[in-house]
Amino acid sequence: MAAFTIAAGTGNWFSALALGVTLLKCLLIPTYHSTDFEVHRNWLAITHSLPISQWYYEATSEWTLDYPPFFAWFEYILSHVAKYFDQEMLNVRNLNYSSSRTLLFQRFSVIFMDVLFVYAVHECCKCIDGKKVGKELTEKPKFILSVLLLWNFGLLIVDHIHFQYNGFLFGLMLLSIARLFQKRHMEGAFLFAVLLHFKHIYLYVAPAYGVYLLRSYCFTANKPDGSIRWNSFSFVRVISLGLVVFLVSALSLGPFLALNQLPQVFSRLFPFKRGLCHAYWAPNFWALYNALDKVLSVIGLKLKFLDPNNIPKASMTSGLVQQFQHTVLPSVTPLATLICTLIAILPSIFCLWFKPQGPRGFLRCLTLCALSSFMFGWHVHEKAILLAILPMSLLSVQKAGDASIFLILTTTGHYSLFPLLFTAPELPIKILLMLLFTIYSISSLKTLFRQSFTVIAQAGVQWH
Amino acid sequence: MEKWYLMTIVVLIGLTVRWTVSLNSYSGAGKPPMFGDYEAQRHWQEITFNLPVKQWYFNSSDNNLQYWGLDYPPLTAYHSLLCAYVAKFINPDWIALHTSRGYESQAHKLFMRTTVLIADLLIYIPAVVLYCCCLKDISTKKKIANALCILLYPGLILIDYGHFQYNSVSLGFALWGVLGVSCDWDLLGSLAFCLAINYKQMELYHSLPFFCFLLGKCFKKGLRGKGFVLLVKLACTVVASFVLCWLPFFTEREQTLQVLRRLFPVDRGLFEDKVANIWCSFNVFLKIRDILPRHIQLIMSFCFTFLSLLPACIKLILQPSSKGFKFTLVSCALSFFLFSFQVHEKSILLVSLPVCLVLSEIPFMSTWFLLVSTFSLLPLLLKDELLMPSVVTTMAFFLACVTSFSIFEKTSEEELQLKSFSISVRKYLPCFTFLSRMIQYLFLISVITMVLLTLMTVTLDPPQKLPDLFSVLVCFVSCLNFLFFLVYFNIIIMWDSKSGRNQKKIS
Repeated sequence: MAAFTIAAGTGNWFSALALGVTLLKCLLIPTYHSTDFEVHRNWLAITHSLPISQWYYEATSEWTLDYPPFFAWFEYILSHVAKYFDQEMLNVRNLNYSSSRTLLFQRFSVIFMDVLFVYAVHECCKCIDGKKVGKELTEKPKFILSVLLLWNFGLLIVDHIHFQYNGFLFGLMLLSIARLFQKRHMEGAFLFAVLLHFKHIYLYVAPAYGVYLLRSYCFTANKPDGSIRWNSFSFVRVISLGLVVFLVSALSLGPFLALNQLPQVFSRLFPFKRGLCHAYWAPNFWALYNALDKVLSVIGLKLKFLDPNNIPKASMTSGLVQQFQHTVLPSVTPLATLICTLIAILPSIFCLWFKPQGPRGFLRCLTLCALSSFMFGWHVHEKAILLAILPMSLLSVQKAGDASIFLILTTTGHYSLFPLLFTAPELPIKILLMLLFTIYSISSLKTLFRQSFTVIAQAGVQWH
Repeated sequence: MEKWYLMTIVVLIGLTVRWTVSLNSYSGAGKPPMFGDYEAQRHWQEITFNLPVKQWYFNSSDNNLQYWGLDYPPLTAYHSLLCAYVAKFINPDWIALHTSRGYESQAHKLFMRTTVLIADLLIYIPAVVLYCCCLKDISTKKKIANALCILLYPGLILIDYGHFQYNSVSLGFALWGVLGVSCDWDLLGSLAFCLAINYKQMELYHSLPFFCFLLGKCFKKGLRGKGFVLLVKLACTVVASFVLCWLPFFTEREQTLQVLRRLFPVDRGLFEDKVANIWCSFNVFLKIRDILPRHIQLIMSFCFTFLSLLPACIKLILQPSSKGFKFTLVSCALSFFLFSFQVHEKSILLVSLPVCLVLSEIPFMSTWFLLVSTFSLLPLLLKDELLMPSVVTTMAFFLACVTSFSIFEKTSEEELQLKSFSISVRKYLPCFTFLSRMIQYLFLISVITMVLLTLMTVTLDPPQKLPDLFSVLVCFVSCLNFLFFLVYFNIIIMWDSKSGRNQKKIS
C-alpha cells in the first residue's frame, strides 16, 4: 500500500496540478479548432511525403510552411507517428482532411509536447525563493507560480482549442530563462538559439538575450559601483556563445544553404507582403492608428475636406490580410514599425547594459521587449501577447508592484484573445476559464502580498 | 466563510468540466426511429406545450405513449413546459407537434445542454456548496476539497451532460431536503424532498430514511407534546406539496390512476436490459425472469428489499442522528437498487448522492464506491460514445479525492469506522486483525478488475454466441462490489455507538 501511495503521488502537489490540467486538456479535444489545425496537418503531409528540397516551395495548399526548419523537422518526426493513426492525413492533396483519428492524433500531440512546458515550469519554480511567506501550501509563491503558468488561460485556449504548438515552445523559453537564473548561461543561450529556429517570433525578445549575455556573461566582473569593467571582457565566452549560435543555425539552415534556397526560406519566414495588421486585429498601437485614420477620414468626408474618389475602396476593417494605404495619416512601412519598436525597447536595453540587476533585470527587459514588439511590430498576431504574459508571471510572485501590473496585463491580454473563439458552444468555456484564471490570479496574489499591501496602506495613512 | 474565492474556483471548475463533457454526443444521436433520452426530453417539451394537461399522460392520436410517453411525475412535465416556452421563443420548429420528431441540430443541442446547465446551477450546485459549508468539525480547506470532489463525481456529469437527463434537479431537491432535515429545518426539508419525489419517482428510494428520521425526531421530542405537533405539521407539509404538484390531475380519478400507471409500470418485469443488481446477476445462472410468474417476482423483490433495509431504518427511528440518517440513506438506496423491481442502471446515482455526502467521513470507501458506480454505467456510456470523457472524468475525480483526502493513508480500522465491529468480532475470533489489510487487497482487486474489463470491452469483440458477454460481466462485477458495500454500510450503521457528538445534533 505504501508503494501505491507513492505511485498515486499523494502530497505531491505539482504532479497533481500538472495531471489535472492535462485531464482538462483531454476534455477540450472535441472543441472547435481553427484553420491552424489544417495548417499543421498540411505541414505533416509536406514533410512526410516530399523531399527537403520541396518543403519551402510546396504550395498546393494556401497554408505554406512559414516556420523555421527545426519546426519542419519536428513535424517530420510527428508524421512518422501519425501514419499509425491515419495514413490519409499525410497526403498533400487531402486538403481540410479531419477524420476523428486525425483530430485525436493532433490534439494528443499538443498535449504530449506540453511535457516540456511542465518540466520548464518545474525548473522555474526552483528559481523562486519563498522562505519568508506563509506555511500554507496555497500561499507559497511556488504553488501560485505553478498554477499561473500550468493553468494559464491564454495557453489553454490558444493551444488546446484554437490549436497551436505554443506549449513546448514556451517551455523552451522558460527553460532558457531558468537556466540563466541558475547561472548556466551556455545552456540558456543554446536553448534560446534552438527556440529561434523553431519559431522566429521569439526574435521579439532576442535583444534582451543578446545584451544580457554580452553584458553579464562576457564581462565577468563589475566595478564596485556596478558599472562596466572593460578589462574583464572574456573572449573565450564571446567566442563560445558565438559558436553555439553558429552551430545551431548551421544545423538548421545548413541544408537549405546547400540547396541555395535561403532567399525562398526567408521570404516564407518574413512575409512582409501580408500587411500591417493581422486578420483579427492585434490590440496594438497600429490598431489605434488605423482607427484614428478611419475616424479622421469619415470626419474628412463629412466636412468635405477629402475627395471621395481619392479614397481606396478596401478598408482595414474587413478582416482580410492584405496591404493597404492609409487615407489621412501617413502610411506605415515595415521599416517605420522597426524603428518604433527599437525606440520603445531602448530604455530597457540601456538599463540592462548600464545598470544590470542580474537575471531579474534580464527578465524585466525581456518582458518589455516582448511588449514593445507587440505594440509596434509589423503584422502582429494577438496570440503574441502570451510572449509578455508568461515571463511576467515569474516576476509577479516576487514583488507586489509587479503583481499589480501583471494582473492588469494578464486580464486585458486574455480578454483580447476572446475573438479567437467565436463559436457558440465554446462561449461558456472561454468565459468559465477566464473567470477561473482571473479570480485565482487576483485572489492568490492579493493574499500573497497582503502584508506588503497593509504596510503600504499604513504608510499612506501615516503620511497624511 | 473566508476563502470564498476558492469555493468560487471549485464551482467554476465543476461547471467547466460539465460543459466540456456536454460537447460530446448524447443518447440516441442520429439513431432513428427511436433515438434516445435526448429525444424523449424534446418530445415531452412538444407534448406539454401543444396538448392540454388532461392529455399529457393518456394515449391518443396526438400523443403516442409508445414513442417516449411521459413516465415521470408532474413536476418533470412542468419543467418540460417551461423549457418549451423558451424553445418556442428561439425556434418553434423544435417543438412543433408531430413534425419535430427526431429533430437534431447544433443549435438545438446547444439549447438542450443549456437547460441542463441552468437547472444544475440553480438547484444542485448551490445545495452542494451549502452542504459542504455546513459540515462540522473539518477545516475550511477540507470543506472546499469536499465540494470539489462532489462536483467532480463522474456518474452524474456523464449521465446529465453526456447521455442527457435532468437528474441534478431531483438529486438537488433531495440534497436540499437532507440539508433542511439535518439542520433542523424539518418543514423546509420535507417540502424540498417532496418536490424531489414529484420530479422523479425513483427518489422514493430515499423516502424511508427521511420518514424514519423525522419519525424518530418526533418520538424524541415526545409524542404527547412537541413531537406530535411536529408530526402533524410534517404531514400537512407533505400532503400540501403533493396536492399542489398534482392539482391538475386530482380532478378525475382516472387521471390520477393513469399517471400512477405510467409512473409504476408493474407489468414490465423484474428488470430490463442489463443492470448491476441481484436479479440480473442471478439471471445469468438461473433464468428467474422467465421461470417465475409476474406476481411472485413482485412479492419476492418486495420482501428482499424490505428485509435488507429494515434493521437500519428501525435503528434510525430509535436513535435519530444526522450521521445515522446519511448512512441509512446510502444503505436504503443500495438495498432498493440491488433488490427492487424494474431498476435502471442510472438509479445508481440515487445511491451515489448519499455516498458523496459521507465522503468526508470515510473517504477511502466512498471514493471506491463512487468509482465502481461510474464503472457500472460503462455499457450505457459506451453506447453513447462517451468513452473519452468517462475515462478522463473518472481519472480527474480519483486525482481530486487522492490529493484532497489522502485516502490511501486512511485505511486503518478506526478510519473505516469498523473499530467497534472488529472489537466485537475479536471477542469470538481473537485472530481477526487483518480486516484493514483485507479491505485494501479487495480494493486493489476491484480496481484491477474494473480496468481490465474496461480495456477488454473497448478493444475486444465479444464471441458470437455471447454478444452481451462484456455488459453482463460489468454488471456482475459491479453487483458483487455493491453487495460488499451493502454489508459494509449496514455494519457501520448497526455498530455505530452513541457518542457525545451525535447527541449534540438532536435538539
